[in-house]
Amino acid sequence: MSAFKDPFSAEVKLGQGCECGLHTDSAAHDADLARRTSDPEALGSRVVDQAVMRALFPQDGARRRFLKAVGANTALAAIAQFFPLGAAREAFAQGNGRIEKPNLKVGFIPITCATPIIMSQPMGYFGRAGLNVDVVKTAGWAVIRDKTLNKEYDAAHMLSPMPLAITLGIGSRPIPYTTPAIENINGQAITLAIKHKDKRDPRQWKGFKFAVPFDYSIHNYLLRYFVAEHGLDPDRDIQIRAVPPPEMVANLRADNIDGFLAPDPVNQRAVYDGVGFIHMLTKDIWEGHPCCAFAVSREFVTQNPNTYRALLKAIMEATAFATRPENRKQIAEAIAPANYLNQPVTVVEQVLTGTFADGLGNVQKVPNRIDFDPFPWHSFAIWILTQMKRWGQLKGDVDYAKVAREVFLATDATRLMKEAGMKPPSATSKKFSVMGKEFDPARPDAYIASFAIKRTA
Amino acid sequence: MKGLQVWGAPLLSAAILLVFLAVWHASTRQEASAQVVDAEYAKLVGAEAATGKKSAFPTPAEVGRKILGHLTDPFYDKGPNDKGIGIQLAFSIARVLTGFLLAALVAIPVGFLIGMSPLVYRAFDPFIQVLKPISPLAWMPLALFTLQDSGVSAIFVIFICSIWPMLINTAFGVAAVRREWLNVAKTLEVGPVRKAFRVILPAAAPTIMTGMRISIGIAWLVIVAAEMLVGGTGIGYFVWNEWNNLSIANIISGILAIGLVGMILDLSLARLTNHEAGYLS
Repeated sequence: MSAFKDPFSAEVKLGQGCECGLHTDSAAHDADLARRTSDPEALGSRVVDQAVMRALFPQDGARRRFLKAVGANTALAAIAQFFPLGAAREAFAQGNGRIEKPNLKVGFIPITCATPIIMSQPMGYFGRAGLNVDVVKTAGWAVIRDKTLNKEYDAAHMLSPMPLAITLGIGSRPIPYTTPAIENINGQAITLAIKHKDKRDPRQWKGFKFAVPFDYSIHNYLLRYFVAEHGLDPDRDIQIRAVPPPEMVANLRADNIDGFLAPDPVNQRAVYDGVGFIHMLTKDIWEGHPCCAFAVSREFVTQNPNTYRALLKAIMEATAFATRPENRKQIAEAIAPANYLNQPVTVVEQVLTGTFADGLGNVQKVPNRIDFDPFPWHSFAIWILTQMKRWGQLKGDVDYAKVAREVFLATDATRLMKEAGMKPPSATSKKFSVMGKEFDPARPDAYIASFAIKRTA
Repeated sequence: MKGLQVWGAPLLSAAILLVFLAVWHASTRQEASAQVVDAEYAKLVGAEAATGKKSAFPTPAEVGRKILGHLTDPFYDKGPNDKGIGIQLAFSIARVLTGFLLAALVAIPVGFLIGMSPLVYRAFDPFIQVLKPISPLAWMPLALFTLQDSGVSAIFVIFICSIWPMLINTAFGVAAVRREWLNVAKTLEVGPVRKAFRVILPAAAPTIMTGMRISIGIAWLVIVAAEMLVGGTGIGYFVWNEWNNLSIANIISGILAIGLVGMILDLSLARLTNHEAGYLS
């Protein structure tokens, strides 16, 4: 118990015996003290302070004389001058904070976008963060949403627009949700049925039936953006329906749909089974676009801060590992088995390495076909909100920047990216261009107004 | 002639199966066709895609190998999303039985009360008629939203689909007890509880058992669809997971297992019915 004595008190001996004189011996003194100091954070700070004081004054007598001479407050101020006591206390609290909920369930959809979440299980990132996580395969986005909202899942793999939609109460009850990390960037593609291999010009797609994973998905917005730029109205000239990714290839094969803008391995699987070809990768629509998100409710973040931090740390470290191309084959082998993606290894490997068959007899080499960058740019959220508004999902006025700030937790991402040895950007918003058209996150309404095809009233 | 009577039907069944397998084999047999792409590309795609075709329906032999694989190791557990077919079936059966028994606990007493009084019968009738034809899966989103738990929701869906046949049959069986028997009971001044258990229940039992048989059949049909929707565990999840992998051979194994278990459930209730009938008469 001597670890919890106040080293800034001249009355206290950091050696043997009872220092206050009120107790018969040191044990009785400690027991009394323990009763009074039950706040674990205060104890943690004291342990840090004590270590520092012991290091500064190896002779306890010297420390006590020093404190008597200048007083505890002056001593504290003087030491804080050259030693960051506050930072040390905080670091200690973070490193050893008790994990409130070590057994967790995280839901995922079996697609390569979920790579950092899935791989953290077989490759031990969750375990090393002190967590026992079950990653649970889920049938579709609506089910993921419902199971997460009713707390069967503690965290989940979601499409990046979903936490925004849930927070705003579009298509669900409004519940504050957060995205502390983006799972992946790029990594999607437009795949068409083999019979359309001569219709490479989008203007020939009038009357096509397309599938996207969900209404609130980057896929929906990218496909709408893409066809609209080619003069097709996505609501009138083509049909877009929501189909869960695992069922897309079966539907393409059955001629229920003409094509899809889908996550991988769905596109590559269509090629593998000879039912479709990859028309284009979405990185050629918007280089570096976000796709899926790691989503946690705000309630979980505030109630289980240490668990949240450990979980996010595991995800960040896994993402850092996945960014290096030389690790991709190993990851493909870890996530392909039936427990996770349930796909042939070669299909997953082609997606992750970017050396792939395109379904038309060519082998393409695009190393950044899918990439991993966890930083939740606020400008990504604002772009997504503009598209929700453009297509009539979001009605009325919205404070874009505020919603983006509240849902995309850039500050937490920055801190944990540093811990995982990655380099987070210094800004939280950036300009980017989609199909050559620049997006300025500071002027979202002007951006929406600039489109000819839109559903705003 | 006696031999034909005993062996005729099984022999005919075997012959039908053989013809079916032969047709299946003939229609799915793969002609070895020339590869139309270069070797590097062929390595990246499935065997059929390399010859310019779509992947084909599996042959009986492929399905047989898969089934053998499942039978030799039915209870493996490789994590939350990959368990053997035996474990998956056990999950489904447990769900069906829980939902079914809960439904029986509600349906039989309520059916009894409804059947005893023509007035109550007519009052409940419109509600039952509206609720009965609703596809149980239509309840699923509502259940997930209100019950807040996917496991409980699946059991609720089984409950709601198996309650109607039992309720209707019980009410019908109770209402159709012969007047004379009730009159005899009245003359003998039998108390209401004794009358219910000693006169009405034995008379209505065959109808109630038929209702239970219909219910368990429906419950088993529904559980597969419900598990495909919510995922996690069960034979429905198994089929969905293999659909996700486009493994038709595994899906066929799953379908066969579903059929066999459904047959066993029905047969055991049928035996119970016969047993009951023998006991009561």
